[in-house]
Amino acid sequence: MMSSRAVGLGPAFRRAALAPKFARNQVALRSAITRRGVQTQSLPPAASDEILNAQRLKRPSSPHFTIYQPQITWLGSIANRVTGGGLSALLYGFSLAYLIAPGTFDSAHIVEFVAGLPEIVKTSGKVILAAPFAFHSLNGLRHLSWDMGKFLTVKGAHTTGYAVLGATAVSTVALVLM
Amino acid sequence: MQGILAKSTVSVARAHVLRSSVRSFASSAARWQAVPTEKPVAMKEFKIYRWNPDEPEKKPTLQSYTIDLNQTGPMVLDALIKIKNEVDPTLTFRRSCREGICGSCAMNVDGQNTLACLCRIDRNTSKDSKIYPLPHMYIVKDLVPDLTLFYKQYKSIKPYLQNDNPPEKGEFLQSPDDRKKLDGLYECILCACCSTSCPSYWWNQDEYLGPATLMQAYRWIADSRDGYGAQRKEQLQNEMSMYRCHTIFNCSRTCPKGLNPAAAIAKIKLELAAD
Repeated sequence: MMSSRAVGLGPAFRRAALAPKFARNQVALRSAITRRGVQTQSLPPAASDEILNAQRLKRPSSPHFTIYQPQITWLGSIANRVTGGGLSALLYGFSLAYLIAPGTFDSAHIVEFVAGLPEIVKTSGKVILAAPFAFHSLNGLRHLSWDMGKFLTVKGAHTTGYAVLGATAVSTVALVLM
Repeated sequence: MQGILAKSTVSVARAHVLRSSVRSFASSAARWQAVPTEKPVAMKEFKIYRWNPDEPEKKPTLQSYTIDLNQTGPMVLDALIKIKNEVDPTLTFRRSCREGICGSCAMNVDGQNTLACLCRIDRNTSKDSKIYPLPHMYIVKDLVPDLTLFYKQYKSIKPYLQNDNPPEKGEFLQSPDDRKKLDGLYECILCACCSTSCPSYWWNQDEYLGPATLMQAYRWIADSRDGYGAQRKEQLQNEMSMYRCHTIFNCSRTCPKGLNPAAAIAKIKLELAAD
């Protein structure tokens, strides 16, 4: 596809086509072609850095996690991070709350409070606590095995990843039934 | 009577010869010639990331191109070249060897980083194919990322043999077992597929070296001929350079050459732990 735009001849052709008939001869056309629509400018080699830096400032960053294929490798890693953060926040939050108000946050009050909740809230609360705990603990074992040099292949990462997911499901059910 | 008959047979035969010779020059295929099988048309849509540095204020967009897969080579790079040649000459991407040895055409095809020349086009024409540049990189134009930092990081690990005591005569010798340790490391073509698939590298590429560079760091640590192993390890003994690796395994999963950077980094970690 050789469009006239691509070679920068658009204005020249247009001028030639719109010109009165007597001007539409070879000489006029040739001079029109030599006067191209694109203006060039001579710059010293040192000026290239400036142009490059100006361009670099405007470069966009390409999309990443929004377009990357969902895979157990990196989604598992993110889940490990999120569950770890959540569990830590709970631990630190509860400890600090106990420090500040030991009267309201001691075991007896919490048992009493939970006992008064409806059954559905109790069960779902157990799932919300048990699933991240089970996943994070088991995935921790997976990381320890990697640190010992085991399962360091793509296949190993996949099988251990799915094994952790399966074991999480089983232990979540077990913990909820407790 | 017989003469007339003979003459008319001759003329009929001559006319037939004439007709067949004319037919053989005609553009339509003669009935007795094999007809090339017409492949059905298989139009597939490709959605390609576009950004033009001449119009920097315009946000990057996905531009759609539909081409006939049966008039295209089997690989994604073939489709890109066809689009550039026949549909839109402004489409910009890097390519060179078209056989997976130069690493130029690394890009994100259907959500996975790979070399376009080694990636087969998905023949399912009901689904479009999305082509993005390598993730979380500054874009020079369209599918061309700026790899300056990536190459600088590679340079920073001194990717060459360093030894203060070269053998007095001849070359460095190496046992077959020591040579075997380099298999799966030296084949890396630095296409940057692995580094740009790593979430840790996405968030910390200013300080974290990334899987490609770290695997090459290990390639020189593991080399029995190299005398600077201790210094090489010392360089990685800090929070950011290597320990941002959380064994995510995106790198090994995506490597178009089937290498295993995650395992190489784990081996560096083991060696650093033993120090």
